[in-house]
Amino acid sequence: MRLRVPLALAAAGLLTLTACGSDEPTEAAAAGTSADGGGLTGTLTVFAAASLTDVFTDLGDQLMADNPDLTVTFNFAGSSALATQITQGAPADVFASANQTQMTVVTDAGLNSDEPTVFTENVLEIAVPADNPGDVTGLADFADADLTLAICAPDVPCGAAAEQVFEAAGITAQPDTLEEDVRAALTKVELGEVDAALVYASDVQSAGSGVQGIEFPEAEDAVNEYPITTLTAATNPDAAQAFLDLVESDAGQQALTDAGFRSPSS
Amino acid sequence: MLPLLGLLIRAPWSDLWPQLTEPQVGQALRLSLVSATLATLVSLVLGVPIAWVLARSTIPGRSVLRALVTVPLVLPPVVGGVALFLVLGRQGIIGRVLHEQFDVTIPFTTTAVVIAETFVAMPFLVISVEGALRAADARFEDAAATLGADRWTTFRRVTLPLVAPGVAAGAVLCWARALGEFGATITFAGNFPGTTQTMPLAVYLALQSNPEGAIVLSLVLLFVSLATLLLLRDRWLGRSGSPVT
Amino acid sequence: MSLHAHVVVRRGVLLVDVDLAVADGEVLAVLGPNGAGKSTVLRVLAGLLPPDGGRVTVGADVWDDDTHHLPAHERPLGMVFQDHLLFPHLSVRDNVAFGLRTRGVRRAPARATAEGWLGRVGLAGFGDRRPTQLSGGQAQRAALARALVGEPRLLLLDEPLSALDARTRLTVRAELRRHLADFAGCTVLVSHDPVDAMALADRVVVVEDGVVVQEGTPVEVARRPRTDYVARLVGLSLLPGTASGTTVALDGGGEVAVAEPAQGPVLVAVRPETVSLYLSRPDGSPRNVWPATLAGATPHGSTVRCDLAGAVPLTADVTATAFAEMGLVPGAQVWASVKASEVAVYPR
Repeated sequence: MRLRVPLALAAAGLLTLTACGSDEPTEAAAAGTSADGGGLTGTLTVFAAASLTDVFTDLGDQLMADNPDLTVTFNFAGSSALATQITQGAPADVFASANQTQMTVVTDAGLNSDEPTVFTENVLEIAVPADNPGDVTGLADFADADLTLAICAPDVPCGAAAEQVFEAAGITAQPDTLEEDVRAALTKVELGEVDAALVYASDVQSAGSGVQGIEFPEAEDAVNEYPITTLTAATNPDAAQAFLDLVESDAGQQALTDAGFRSPSS
Repeated sequence: MLPLLGLLIRAPWSDLWPQLTEPQVGQALRLSLVSATLATLVSLVLGVPIAWVLARSTIPGRSVLRALVTVPLVLPPVVGGVALFLVLGRQGIIGRVLHEQFDVTIPFTTTAVVIAETFVAMPFLVISVEGALRAADARFEDAAATLGADRWTTFRRVTLPLVAPGVAAGAVLCWARALGEFGATITFAGNFPGTTQTMPLAVYLALQSNPEGAIVLSLVLLFVSLATLLLLRDRWLGRSGSPVT
Repeated sequence: MSLHAHVVVRRGVLLVDVDLAVADGEVLAVLGPNGAGKSTVLRVLAGLLPPDGGRVTVGADVWDDDTHHLPAHERPLGMVFQDHLLFPHLSVRDNVAFGLRTRGVRRAPARATAEGWLGRVGLAGFGDRRPTQLSGGQAQRAALARALVGEPRLLLLDEPLSALDARTRLTVRAELRRHLADFAGCTVLVSHDPVDAMALADRVVVVEDGVVVQEGTPVEVARRPRTDYVARLVGLSLLPGTASGTTVALDGGGEVAVAEPAQGPVLVAVRPETVSLYLSRPDGSPRNVWPATLAGATPHGSTVRCDLAGAVPLTADVTATAFAEMGLVPGAQVWASVKASEVAVYPR
């Protein structure tokens, strides 16, 4: 089931647990140089990986509730598409990538105004239909040619991660289809057309009751780190910093955890 | 035209050859050509009679049939793929029976590719043939009847030859659409090299990791389809004005 | 009598209800204006249109009745269409052979028979051509060969000459007449052209508004038309009236003297060439002299056809020379005269 952070609660958390460690709950240190909580104005544009859609939308609503004069807009897409857009000059204040590779594209172009930080992680999970018709129990089942199995194509991040775990586990996978993205793989699980698919834990979390997630130890060999940074092209750096702080706050981390992500291990 | 020009300009001409000779390219291209051709044949077998019913018969519910046949034109192909799952998937209405009674599963097979391509591409054939049938003079069919030809003979020996240019044009459109089919195919048939990975799927995935490779693949698809269409045009369409020998 | 047809078809507001009978070897022309229902009748005879009622029999075979409809392709008939409808994708020879092939004749003998028929209609050597490579007259001859090759019991001709130009029409008409004379089955010809009907048919049936208004030999129909339509077609002025001896009181006013005594309601027919025009009342006081106004004049070869308005509306043909000498212009006052012996009178 999809879990959302209650907005009022999270908003209170934001004001009491700001990253700058201010003692005064009314001082919105999250707003950076802005002296007054709720004083952020203008428009904040966040480019974020598609897997962050639900969490970031909630966090954006929260930020807008605290700052009535602020408008937060999102561009959710594949990280590589976003990186391309940013290097082509798209006007963004914040970039949150689903992997280090695409963040590197942006930092290599010198477009980050701060050092990127890893704010969350995602690990692979085995997604099976709710009734688990293939009796899948672990990663080893992916070597079973009799099962109908989906993994991501090696060209996309979840497929690259899948290759890593199979390699680490010494398993030769026997997939029936190499999906173009996580969503497509998950759809086939939801429809009951495959016995299992290898997707991210956050995807299993978002899929609802029709999909069951099975954790497996080899997932630790391909932990996906999500870096975030503010950008030199930012037109609203104060709000950008406030958003980063919110994401890294306890409330933000809780929201991510509820959505199937986990806090950075390092 | 400009996007095509863009492809040509951005093509990595220097390492074109190594890219082209990768086994996956040939595999995907062969699968694309075979499945698009099979889908066109299936569309001909199913679509021409449907077009005839739409153009000539007076059965009730004809407009409903036409609407149903043309739905794939407006449906996003991905939705079409899901719809195919719901019917032919192993949990689908028909697919469940096939799976449980005959141990036949259609998704993730080349058959599924052909079915998905047929589903999306057949409307082009049906519409084109129906138009040709409507434009053709139905009195030729009357003349054939007075010469002792029953409906089937009339259809085979008079109607079909009369609308041959329309059928050919429809088949070419259908083939081209099937060749470029992506959404329904990747949804219903999945993506596996050699079985279900057609060129458009290969292009799309290459785009994720290797944009130059994607351009090369696109060019291959572009040239092969252009060559085929030109060849067919010379054989069929270019002569539609003069008698067929 | 071999073909007996009582055809009832409702087409929108028009109810077609026509009785026809044609003997073996006989040619029946169905003459009528456009929309009279004559092509509908032909389509029913061909089996292309199931009738709403009636009965069609050929010899002892029932083709249509209340319970039975023999489809077109099972009827032993041949049909020639207005614009030939030769199949454009087949050679002329294969067009002619088509009816044999559908009836189970093998390709080679069918082609040989077709070739023979092409010779009979004067198209020997044209077998390899495409229909588009034939002239209009040649195409119509090929269409005739195609219809006759199966030795049908019924031949249907739907305006077979009307798509041809005047000169071709003349020659094709003469040939068609010859082939029809040789044909042993029944022939039904539909036309709106009286010349075709008169030249080709043994008997004429005039259909107007879905019903038969006149039937007879071509000569009878031409001489004694019963409706304005037929009268106009054959170029007669038709005047309804009431006869009393040799005098007919016209329904529209005026009197006409006739040679043959008659009684009661009659039709009076006057041929335009028997009407003379004068600028002043002619001497000798012939009985049929009427004042009239020249309503219109159209040149017609070496004569001028003059439409006259007055108590006795007539059409008169005068020579172009006389027309010029009299200085006639529309609106001119003239006297029209016709001999009583030239006036046909017959019961309505």
